[in-house]
Amino acid sequence: MELVWLIPALPLLAFLILIPFGRKLSDPGAGWFATLLVGGSFAVSAAVYLELMSRPADDRVVHQVLFTWIPAGDFSVDIGFLADPVSITMALFITGIGALIHMYSVGYMKGDPKYSKFFTYLSLFVASMLVLVLADNLLLTFLGWEGVGACSYLLISFWFNEEANATAGKKAFVTNRIGDFGFMVGTFLLWMTIGTINYVDIPERLGGITELTATAIVLLFFLGATGKSAQLPLFVWLPDAMAGPTPVSALIHAATMVTSGIFLLTRLEPLLFQAPIAGEVIAWVGLATALVAALAAVAQNDIKKVLAYSTISQLGYMFLALGSGAIVAGMYHMITHAFFKALLFLGSGSIIRSMSHEQDMRLYGRLRKYLPITSITFILGWLAIAGIPPFSGFWSKDEVLAAAYSSENLGVLKWGIGILVALLTAFYMTRLVIMTFFGPKENWRDPEKLEEIGVASSFDDSDPSADAEAHHLEPSHTPKESPWTMTVPLVVLATLATVAGILNLPFADRFKSLEIWLEPVLTHSHEAPVATTLFILAGVAIVAAVLGVIAAYFVYQKQKIPAERIEKPALVHALYINDTYAEVVAGPGTAVFQGIADFDATMVDGAVNGVAKVTTDAGNGLKPLQSGLVRTYALTLSAGAVLLLGYVVMRMSF
Amino acid sequence: MGTSSILASVASAADTSGYAAIIPALILIPFVGAGVIALIPRRRVELFRGVALMISTATAAVAVFAMVQFDRHDAGYQFVVRRDWISDLGISWHFGIDGISLFLVVLTGIIFPIAILATKAEHDPKPYYAWLMVLMAGSMGVFTALDLVVFFVFFEIVLVPMYFLIGFWGHGQRIYAATKFFLYTMFGSAFMLVALVSLAVLQQKAVGGPLTFDIVDITNNLAVSTNAQRLVFVGFAIAFAVKVPLFPLHTWLPDAHTNAPTAGSVILAAVMLKLGTYGFIRLGVQMLPEPSVWAAPVLMTLGVIGIIYGAIVATMQTDLKRLVAYSSVAHLGFVVLGIFSLTVQGIEGGVLIMVNHGIITGSLFLLVGMIYERRHTREISELSGLQKVAPIMAGVFTLVMLASVGLPGLSGFPGEFLALLGAFAGARWWGVVATTGVILAALYLLWAYQRVFHGPTTGKNTLMRDMTPSEFLVMLPLLALIVLLGIFPKPMLDRIEPSVEAIIHHVEVSVDGFTSAEPETDPVATDHGDSEEHAEEVDR
Repeated sequence: MELVWLIPALPLLAFLILIPFGRKLSDPGAGWFATLLVGGSFAVSAAVYLELMSRPADDRVVHQVLFTWIPAGDFSVDIGFLADPVSITMALFITGIGALIHMYSVGYMKGDPKYSKFFTYLSLFVASMLVLVLADNLLLTFLGWEGVGACSYLLISFWFNEEANATAGKKAFVTNRIGDFGFMVGTFLLWMTIGTINYVDIPERLGGITELTATAIVLLFFLGATGKSAQLPLFVWLPDAMAGPTPVSALIHAATMVTSGIFLLTRLEPLLFQAPIAGEVIAWVGLATALVAALAAVAQNDIKKVLAYSTISQLGYMFLALGSGAIVAGMYHMITHAFFKALLFLGSGSIIRSMSHEQDMRLYGRLRKYLPITSITFILGWLAIAGIPPFSGFWSKDEVLAAAYSSENLGVLKWGIGILVALLTAFYMTRLVIMTFFGPKENWRDPEKLEEIGVASSFDDSDPSADAEAHHLEPSHTPKESPWTMTVPLVVLATLATVAGILNLPFADRFKSLEIWLEPVLTHSHEAPVATTLFILAGVAIVAAVLGVIAAYFVYQKQKIPAERIEKPALVHALYINDTYAEVVAGPGTAVFQGIADFDATMVDGAVNGVAKVTTDAGNGLKPLQSGLVRTYALTLSAGAVLLLGYVVMRMSF
Repeated sequence: MGTSSILASVASAADTSGYAAIIPALILIPFVGAGVIALIPRRRVELFRGVALMISTATAAVAVFAMVQFDRHDAGYQFVVRRDWISDLGISWHFGIDGISLFLVVLTGIIFPIAILATKAEHDPKPYYAWLMVLMAGSMGVFTALDLVVFFVFFEIVLVPMYFLIGFWGHGQRIYAATKFFLYTMFGSAFMLVALVSLAVLQQKAVGGPLTFDIVDITNNLAVSTNAQRLVFVGFAIAFAVKVPLFPLHTWLPDAHTNAPTAGSVILAAVMLKLGTYGFIRLGVQMLPEPSVWAAPVLMTLGVIGIIYGAIVATMQTDLKRLVAYSSVAHLGFVVLGIFSLTVQGIEGGVLIMVNHGIITGSLFLLVGMIYERRHTREISELSGLQKVAPIMAGVFTLVMLASVGLPGLSGFPGEFLALLGAFAGARWWGVVATTGVILAALYLLWAYQRVFHGPTTGKNTLMRDMTPSEFLVMLPLLALIVLLGIFPKPMLDRIEPSVEAIIHHVEVSVDGFTSAEPETDPVATDHGDSEEHAEEVDR
């Protein structure tokens, strides 16, 4: 298939055309143009997929090298693409969801003064993301990895006049760079150890690698993954990244970019199995992140922040799966999550837009009757993420938890914490749905509440330069359903979120389509627990989900228990992790940097100027000596000679 | 004995000897051009910039022609010319270009006309443009000289025009900055002079025969005792460390940059900072291999310090131009780190950064100059929200900034990556520590960008003009190179590589027990061979 290169090339073409002509195409031309090309990219991905499907299972690889990128001595990498079941699966959902979100943005961004620029960035993002997954070597993946990071930066700070948005963009980029450090050193170490960073060659050359080296390499790449995929300790940028327009949150910060870390470790799967300790670390970090983020999600009032913490938590599940050796389960949950989380974010965008850009859920309530399509599709997404059968999230989450249960070390404990996270997930999502669509009353009608919260609401997903009046929620406001460009993607995603479970049903081996599809590219297969165990585990998971839903129902719908007893400050602040970082950076961090800068200005430069001053002074001081009197010179000369002579005589006599 | 290897080096370049006029043209066109400008009457102010532009463009054309004619399979010197100068002392006008110097020559050729086109002399255009031409001739001389005395002469010549450019056409504390720049470099040069004379004399003593200052000859027949070599190396290293600049000899740089006129800053960053790193390769690693291996840990350490220290100090600057100046300390740290990793990747990366830093940081100084010209301030705190009033400038700035940060796909990355890879291969922990520099680079530039371009547009910032189409067009070649050399650096690397491999080979042969670091297993060559190796998987 010579088509593979077209998959990233089409969105890249959109980007290149939109730079000079975006303003001319304007609103909505630029949006539709970008949507069309991303849709084209989806069509090509589908064609490549069908081509691969038609081949025998062990021959489903298309490797296309365009040209050599960086050749230097023994080191050489290409601009080359590798389409295999793993990458083409990624490409399909990136372009599929990408096209839907482009279409949604045509409506969402309508009227924004920087309309065409938005699509310019968004197209570049899709192109970079596709390079990331289709690359045939780690360095080209890194190109995509940094490209999506740069687009994320540009899009988070899209409404840059607001200082908070600009700060959030910078924070995302710099935090990710900490992870990139790991990626780069991992690349160096891998190349020095086995002499290649090409995905095709890596498995063949792992024979002599020691467990220690493999562990170091995997952990270095995992550090990269904790940046991009927002895991402990680097997850702090993602909640702030919600400053970007909501379609960006859906595409970049929920469905695609943040899953790059899972993709990366999947690509390095042969190495992962050489490094069992690294696997344990990954599993525990994922689990800890899942728990911390789920706890934080319980106490957020900003609808997008709930979803942001939820995304972090779900990504933690995926790392739990990878760390437990269940690559397929990780990919499975990544796909279903992409559907339902994109749906939830786009739904929240529809809600936010209908509520004059207010994001505080305490001002929502009973929106169901105003937003029929948004609410129905959102509820389907809620059922999927809460783990209610037969919606997609149930199946994939179940597989992750089963993998944790059957992992070698402390499997039951990992599973138990996983179940707790599942309960919390059902709880916070039910809370969100009740506060938004149900609840006792329409809260924005209460002028006092509106005054109090509307002002305090720290977060504003809006362009301050646009008409301020349009963004002010009034008690008389009547929410309106969004236009068709926004609701059609919601309906499509809701359908996918409902049925995507069929990708990998556990009942019999022949239903495990995803596993059958991915298995040939993986070097190790994962053994699922026996059927009876599976049923018991699934039963417990369902009970946990239902308990979460019921608990939230009593707190937020019936209001039997005051919400304050659950929404503790520690949870609102996500265990103060971000606050601690902020304090370190603003306090000692800045002080050290300033100290070094002062050292440079006073000590290093001061020493130089000091030498200059001493020289000048010495020159001035010595001036009288140059009296021009020959006698003085002669005297000095003789005195010196005598001293010298004396010295020599002294040395000789002893 | 000496003559045979000179003949060999001339013979190896026989196929390009038809172009013996190239190097004299590179030096003489701007040099004579300076004389032409000096002859134009002072009142014809409208002529100077145009004439300077014509002269520098003609020189650039010759440089590009040299690049086209350069034989990429030849590791030796090409376009070689040799004329006796002071034959009693063995000093000759000996010039040549190899893979190391080729792109520095081309960079010098490209940067001057762009700097002239992008800026104007604020006053006294006649001496301004005449000095610029002398500077261009001198830079070309340093990069092509193959005789120690000639190298030294050109190395010193460039000081004079730069001194006057800063001192006479600069801003702020221009006299202080110019004097500091001059004295600092002279201080280093004194060591170099002693070193090169000692080297020639000791070499003559060791091998007998006539005295020679010929770099090729000394390189090929070096017979000086190890200890003496090391002392000589220290002399050269001090001169180059000032020029690079390496910590703690760097403090002339921010003052010189900040107070120089825009064109001066551009040329200072793009061309003159490379004289030191170029010297480290040509007169360091290549000519004195043993001392280079001996001193590598120290120089790599200074490189790492430069990367991290330069970035940290850059972060805290309040003056935008000073910030960019300190970023150069960090970038040149990567170059020194790569060179003294003594690996093919490290040195190739170093050469690549030298050229791309010229393009990128040159562009940054042009942009900062445009802001200064409009707002008459470089204080970051006075600037805010410029993206709103100047979206095109903001877009260009973003591209250049991301290139400077080392974003893959843009031209800052391949060199930085290779330098770090080489450092990791040669000295693992230096490589690891240096890689943290990529975090800091993002920090200081993005923070500066945020404060200058993001946020609310306040006060006088609301009145700032965006880039004009002509300003954009002047920068366009640089921007195109930033993108092109990011995704397709291969033509450059292909031409740099033979010379670098020859140098590494020379070091391995000359130094007992030294082998350049390589992967533990045989690397997989993924370039040309690979597409055939996996041909069966490529479905065509």
